Amino acid sequence: MSTIEVAGLRRTFRVRRATVTAVDGIDFTVEAGEMVGYIGPNGAGKSTTIKMLTGILVPTSGRIRVAGLEPARRRTELARRIGVVFGNRSLLWWDLPLRQSFDLLRHLYRVPAPEHRRRLAELADVLELGPLFDRPVRQLSLGQRMRGELTAALLHAPELLFLDEPTVGLDIVSRARVREFLLRLNRERGVTVLLTTHDLADIERLCPRMLIIDHGRVLYDGGTAEIAARFGGTRTLVVDLAESRPPLQLTGASVVRTDGPRQWIRFRPADATAAQLVAAVSEQAPLVDLAIEEPDIEEVVRRIYTGELTEAG
Amino acid sequence: MRAYWELAVSGYRRYATYRGATLAGAFTNSVFGLMRGYVLLAIVAGRPRVGGYDAADTLTYVWLVQGLLMVAYLWGWNDLALRIISGDVVVDLGRPVDLQGAWLAADLGRAAYHTIFRGLPPVMLAELLFRLDLPTDPLLWLAFAVSVALAAVVSFSARFLVNLCAFWLLDYRGILSMSSLIGTFLSGSVVPLPFLPGGVRAVVEVLPFSAMLQLPIDVLLGKHRGLDLAGALLFQLTWALALLGLGRLVLAAGVRRLVVQGG
Amino acid sequence: MADPLAALETYAHLAAASIRSRAQYRLSFALDFVGTFVSALTDFVAILVLFSHLPVLGGWTLPEVSLLYGVAGISFALTDMLVGHLDGFGELIRTGTFDVLLVRPHGSLFQVVASELAIRRLGKLSQAAAVLLYAVANAPVAWSAPKVALLLLTLGTGTAIYAGIWVAGAAIAFWTTEIREVANAFTYGGSYLASYPINLFGVWLRRFLAFVVPAAFVAYYPCVVILGKPDPVAGLPWLGLLAPVVALATLAAGRLVWQLGVRHYRSTGS
Repeated sequence: MSTIEVAGLRRTFRVRRATVTAVDGIDFTVEAGEMVGYIGPNGAGKSTTIKMLTGILVPTSGRIRVAGLEPARRRTELARRIGVVFGNRSLLWWDLPLRQSFDLLRHLYRVPAPEHRRRLAELADVLELGPLFDRPVRQLSLGQRMRGELTAALLHAPELLFLDEPTVGLDIVSRARVREFLLRLNRERGVTVLLTTHDLADIERLCPRMLIIDHGRVLYDGGTAEIAARFGGTRTLVVDLAESRPPLQLTGASVVRTDGPRQWIRFRPADATAAQLVAAVSEQAPLVDLAIEEPDIEEVVRRIYTGELTEAG
Repeated sequence: MRAYWELAVSGYRRYATYRGATLAGAFTNSVFGLMRGYVLLAIVAGRPRVGGYDAADTLTYVWLVQGLLMVAYLWGWNDLALRIISGDVVVDLGRPVDLQGAWLAADLGRAAYHTIFRGLPPVMLAELLFRLDLPTDPLLWLAFAVSVALAAVVSFSARFLVNLCAFWLLDYRGILSMSSLIGTFLSGSVVPLPFLPGGVRAVVEVLPFSAMLQLPIDVLLGKHRGLDLAGALLFQLTWALALLGLGRLVLAAGVRRLVVQGG
Repeated sequence: MADPLAALETYAHLAAASIRSRAQYRLSFALDFVGTFVSALTDFVAILVLFSHLPVLGGWTLPEVSLLYGVAGISFALTDMLVGHLDGFGELIRTGTFDVLLVRPHGSLFQVVASELAIRRLGKLSQAAAVLLYAVANAPVAWSAPKVALLLLTLGTGTAIYAGIWVAGAAIAFWTTEIREVANAFTYGGSYLASYPINLFGVWLRRFLAFVVPAAFVAYYPCVVILGKPDPVAGLPWLGLLAPVVALATLAAGRLVWQLGVRHYRSTGS
């Protein structure tokens, strides 16, 4: 039995007499112990899918099984076996010390005291919660709070963890810590992880497999490595020339798009540095302004649409 | 002057967006009017007058209370306190309009909206169902309009004053709810002040709360005539000015504290 | 809830947490306590004012009306303590925090109810209890064991009836947060009406209070039984004995409305 089975999943909403299809026929399977990235632009249907998988939202049609259970029908049963971390909603009690939040969760999930102590000690050790235990949640920084949320979601030892935009707003150090932790969790405990995020870098570091979703459909379901090979390490130099020119000819880089005097130049740091490129460009044409773009999910989706990548198999 | 008009209009508009809530409020007011009517009428049943009120007066009083409840606005206004706590009041102080005047203008706009859309429907409903004892004398209606406007100012100035406690107390909610409680009873919204025993009534009628609700209702019921009417309106005006003045003093003290403390 | 004892334990922990949370704001707590006491007091003063003009209100003397008031008041205060905070749960929906409750292994109503126990409402409770004591001492009742038991039972059924009404009213927030205030007409309105003998009210209102929003079963009908008074309304002086049935029905109805609300929420998203 697969941990997650989704077939023909659809979800429509009625918004002021119009019908909006947020999820439009999604199929995928996730096996136990996998770590999968679920990625897409804003409004692609990621959160809606997660809500259906966790039992919050009832699907309009289609088949959905999580840990062998139908989420909409057996919500409370499923709740014991999953953990969920929301990026913008807290699992913790705002006014109370962190320690008390964990204690309340122990009672909510009916975890026996010795088991709870042991697990909390482990998680506190790995996530370095020690000094935070007696601080009210409202006094914690976002990074500290996120570590608290992860602990809260895992105290009852779920077999499946859903993470909905967990690294939003975190600084680089906190983000790295969270990624480290998730890798260990998956490798050492075999917890299945489904991670939705807007951040490609999260996926590249954590998930061997990714699903790209846009407009409610799966665009790509396959290895992260392939995508990384195409995009990995490519950057885009955006230059504003003094006047419109035909696409510049540059070694180690190619112009992928022009719009009047603006040109988008894609390159790999291995082939040319940004500084070299800027110099090469200004030799050919007067330069007014420039910026550097890192690859993001919108870019990936756009390139899928323009046929540079194959669709989901 | 123009600025204050604009503020009043924006105060009106702000509440006009809450159509559903206003409708719900009008419904709730109507239900309470109905209930209170039954209870209070039991008092006057079978006797000519109580405290100068006959049955028709009592019934009309009950519904006018519901109609003017949002002018007296006894419960739940903490906008100023919130702005003081958050520190946003500093922004207000920096503006070229007088802070108290600005808030007054906005509140009058709000009172206008609430009176028309939340206060009027229950009264019209009651007039249809029960035939209230409303006067036909246009001068009396004019006096009533003036009295209601003054009541709105008295109500605002009292709320303004109480909200200022947020300059000193982080935990202002307790003071606010306490003053609301006191105001609710002493304004005559629970029991008409004329029903209170003689000595108590005399004391209560001197307090500003009676100016917020009981007084305009008594004006419309024709309880104040001639010089007495002028006296009643003057009573409202006096309290309005006194509370506004006190509010300015306390505001100045609060601002001083803010500056000294650094917010 | 498969295991009621375990549920009670979970409730106790969550409710205790809410009390600890509130205890941090000491001044507000103290003033709330005093405030609810004073508020209840003004309600009763209104009744005293009524009786300063009348010896009898609708055939009921002051001690008898005090019995009504005391029973209704205690029941309402208990309900307010247990589920009063449901008035504000629309905020959970608006912010999406309600979803957090749906990923936990408990019913949503249980979790929302358990999220707070408002012991500051004890202010109202003590005021109503004081009035009840006065009533018990002065009402023309021969207090036997069955009558005392009935009185205590009435406090329980009264609380249950109010709770059912309150939950149903709060559940409106699942469909619309704007007109939720309409529910106040029924919860606070019901509380006001239950403190008076219902023969004061018009026929349609009496029927409404008996059969639709059964506030008449919180205090009036049971007190008719306790006081051994005739029932001028329908000539059924034993109707108060049905209060437990009405209580269970009202609780069930309230829970049903809530469940419909949750179903709506889960089917339409927000």
